[in-house]
Amino acid sequence: MTYIRKPKIQHPRLSRNALGLTRRDYEGAVSTLCAGCGHDSISAAIIEACYEMSLPAHRIAKLSGIGCSSKTPTYFLSRSHGFNSVHGRMPAVLTGAYMANRDLVYIGVSGDGDSASIGLGQFAHAMRRGVNMTYIVENNGVYGLTKGQFSATADYGAKNKRGVQNFDEAIDLATLAIQMGATFVARSFSGDKAQLVPLIQAAIHHRGAAFIDVVSPCVTFNNHRESTKGFDYVRAHNAAVNRPDLIPVREEVRVSYPEGATETVELHDGSLLQLTKCAADYNPRDRTRAINAIQERQRLNQVVTGLLYIDPDAPDLHDEMGTVSCPLNQLSDAELIPGRAQLEVINQAHR
Amino acid sequence: MQPTDVKDPDYFHKVVDCQWACPAHTPVPEYIRLIAAGRYSDAYLLNWHSNVFPGVLGRTCDRPCEPACRRGRLEAEEPVAICRLKRVAADHKADIQPRLPRPAAAPNGKRVAAIGAGPAALALARDLLPLGYEVVIFDAERQPGGMMRSQIPAFRLPASVLDEEIGYVLNLGAHTRFGERVGSLTELLDGGGFDAVFVGTGAPRGRDLQLPGRAAANANIHIGIDWLASVAFGHCDRIGKRVIVLGGGNTAMDCCRTARRLGGDSVTVVVRSGYEEMKASPWEKEDAQREGIPIRNFLVPKAFLHQDGQLTAVRFEPVHAEYDQDGRRQLVPTGEAQVDMQCDDVIIAIGQENAFPWIELESGVEFDRWGLPVLDEDSLQSTNPAVFFGGDAAFGPKNIIWAVAHGRTAAISIDLWCRGHSMRDRPDTLMRLSSQKMGIHEWSYDNDVSLDPRHEVPWQDQRLTLVDLAEEVETGFDVQQALAEAERCLNCDVQTLFTAPSCIECDACVDICPVDCINFTENQPEVALRAGLRVPAENTSQALMVSPELATGRVMVKDEDLCLHCGLCAERCPTGAWDMQKFVIDLPKAGAACMGG
Repeated sequence: MTYIRKPKIQHPRLSRNALGLTRRDYEGAVSTLCAGCGHDSISAAIIEACYEMSLPAHRIAKLSGIGCSSKTPTYFLSRSHGFNSVHGRMPAVLTGAYMANRDLVYIGVSGDGDSASIGLGQFAHAMRRGVNMTYIVENNGVYGLTKGQFSATADYGAKNKRGVQNFDEAIDLATLAIQMGATFVARSFSGDKAQLVPLIQAAIHHRGAAFIDVVSPCVTFNNHRESTKGFDYVRAHNAAVNRPDLIPVREEVRVSYPEGATETVELHDGSLLQLTKCAADYNPRDRTRAINAIQERQRLNQVVTGLLYIDPDAPDLHDEMGTVSCPLNQLSDAELIPGRAQLEVINQAHR
Repeated sequence: MQPTDVKDPDYFHKVVDCQWACPAHTPVPEYIRLIAAGRYSDAYLLNWHSNVFPGVLGRTCDRPCEPACRRGRLEAEEPVAICRLKRVAADHKADIQPRLPRPAAAPNGKRVAAIGAGPAALALARDLLPLGYEVVIFDAERQPGGMMRSQIPAFRLPASVLDEEIGYVLNLGAHTRFGERVGSLTELLDGGGFDAVFVGTGAPRGRDLQLPGRAAANANIHIGIDWLASVAFGHCDRIGKRVIVLGGGNTAMDCCRTARRLGGDSVTVVVRSGYEEMKASPWEKEDAQREGIPIRNFLVPKAFLHQDGQLTAVRFEPVHAEYDQDGRRQLVPTGEAQVDMQCDDVIIAIGQENAFPWIELESGVEFDRWGLPVLDEDSLQSTNPAVFFGGDAAFGPKNIIWAVAHGRTAAISIDLWCRGHSMRDRPDTLMRLSSQKMGIHEWSYDNDVSLDPRHEVPWQDQRLTLVDLAEEVETGFDVQQALAEAERCLNCDVQTLFTAPSCIECDACVDICPVDCINFTENQPEVALRAGLRVPAENTSQALMVSPELATGRVMVKDEDLCLHCGLCAERCPTGAWDMQKFVIDLPKAGAACMGG
């Protein structure tokens, strides 16, 4: 843990976004995680993504559960709303918040323990429901806070720091999210911000449940030679199916690629997600084939990254439930308390 | 780019902007830390070894270190008050005399003549005396100090401070011939029995202004440096009530402030140029204005008006600046009416020149067409190999700290000369780097960057200072102020060392760096590399530190420009690839590393 605060002094020529803010305006407190933790890089990627999108920090809600990963919302977006919930229960709290106020940007941050073990049920159901959120799992394959036991995402056969092997099957959260109905599913690596930042931006632009599984090496307990979640292993086995580039609504497409090398996905808000294909046969819009392709590559010990699946026209939870279009905190007393006569009408409908 | 050679002493020396900018390369951050620790005597001695006159320079230095200070390049920041912190060391030190070098136990049989007892010759003597040289210092004045005594007024530099620090040098066993003007270099060379001669006679001739009325009103027209000298030596103790000072350099500032104390109720400085282009240091201009002295600009003097041999006014022509296509400035009359400014006395402080009437052609010392000696810049050796120059006598008027640096350089040269070595056999520059890590997140220096604005040096009450020439204007920082100002130093000598093979490219340093100076990127030629960094490295006077190739084929590139030396990169590094190491440089000095005996 660092004793001093990060000096307030910033580079005089640091660039500013449309709101006149610098990247540093999106920071949080200095991290108390181990030095070199992959989670800190993901925090930096979230900061970068929100800065580049010129999001007003006070219109963002960041929610988390318990664990190393779930501590990280303290380390980014210090001017946003935050909710550090119960272990594995972040999806329920986020869903509730989204029901109450659909106007905020929701970023859920969780870990492999929080989402794949204690919170697996919550995770699965949040993916089914079309909650408009960006759900990030900082996946290091170990329980860091309790000294590095294997987590549910640790690969079969992987060895821990002391050489003990894991004989449980790994839960692949990305495949599970696609199966459960998430409409934006990606995987990335904390050490590759060039890929991770545009994926986070695209996930925020996407309307519906967006899930990003980010492999995030635990430098203290899971970055050794036989780890399958360490920096060296992931770099050596990284198989990106595509390279994302997010083009906001207001910008023209300037870069031209050779035909067939790119695929452009128009997102719900009109922004464009341009994907440079790395694997020619991969189609991120075909749910069944995407699952198969991921499974095949994983069998070859590849860490499949990039945008794995997207349905840009997915329905949203509020649409399906026919809820009121404005946040509940903007409704007047008269709207919130319609009176005895209206209650009678409602009761009649149920008789 | 090629990987940076961090074993080249110049690389990290340049990162310590203040030390690099100092002609004597004083280890500034180190002495500031000593001041912060209350170790004033240690801070003083560190200074003394580098620049010989810490008490004098802490009051009067032109401080090239301060414009160079990294802190001044940060947003809305001013440099650390380096100069005035130096004075704190001098003011608060204990008796340091037992810690000074002793006179040489035995002479080495070599004799050196130093002409002029100014800062250059005294610095030379300080370095040569402990080696056993017999150094004979000549000066036309009875009191040593040169321009430090004759041109810097006592309200800026008390005589006691000057006497003390000159005493430290003379006590090393100097032979003094004060009050004795050297009339002929050839005589000295032929008959003096000297192995080498050092000329440190300054730039003693003040420039005059030949305008109509100059001769007629001569009684009330003074040449700046001559007038300051006559005040310093007690020959002049009053001036008229209305005084005009012509000129915009530091001498003009000393003249106007001195006149203010000798009866000049209404003193005005008038300059030909604009206010901004004046040669005086900004703080000296501010100090003059703070004493109620207006500075009027864009006025070119045309005539001295007089009546019955009595000066009455100076006539000026208003001008404005025009720039031709080469950017050269011309002062063009505005066409407005000429201005007559009434006055009782005029002081002309428009520059000074070198004069060597006592150096004959047959001495073998050649001069260039500007009247300056032809010198080898590295050794300060003249065309007579036994004659060396330093201070203002070498390259024209500069300042005290340059004079000290010249004196020390010439000491090395004279030592080499007297031992029969080539001027190229100069001692090596050595450097040391030592880790400052004390614990996982603890460093031996205070890495928490202070956000304080620059602290002002307190002034003595003007009711006292404006009536007494000897009453020092600045009282100096007290201990608390000094501590607060010292904390503003960024410790630029505590360097960021990067060990490429240890790096796992986790980005922790990139993410934590408060000024975005660390990058991991594809290697490219320097111009492209500079343009493509997180924040483009536009200040090309500051280096990029480029690592050898890393595992991913990328390189680490650090822009040294605005690094706060906060050590957070090293704190957040999981593998110790970053470390904070204190850089100490051992610069050549006379007698050191006697290569080849």
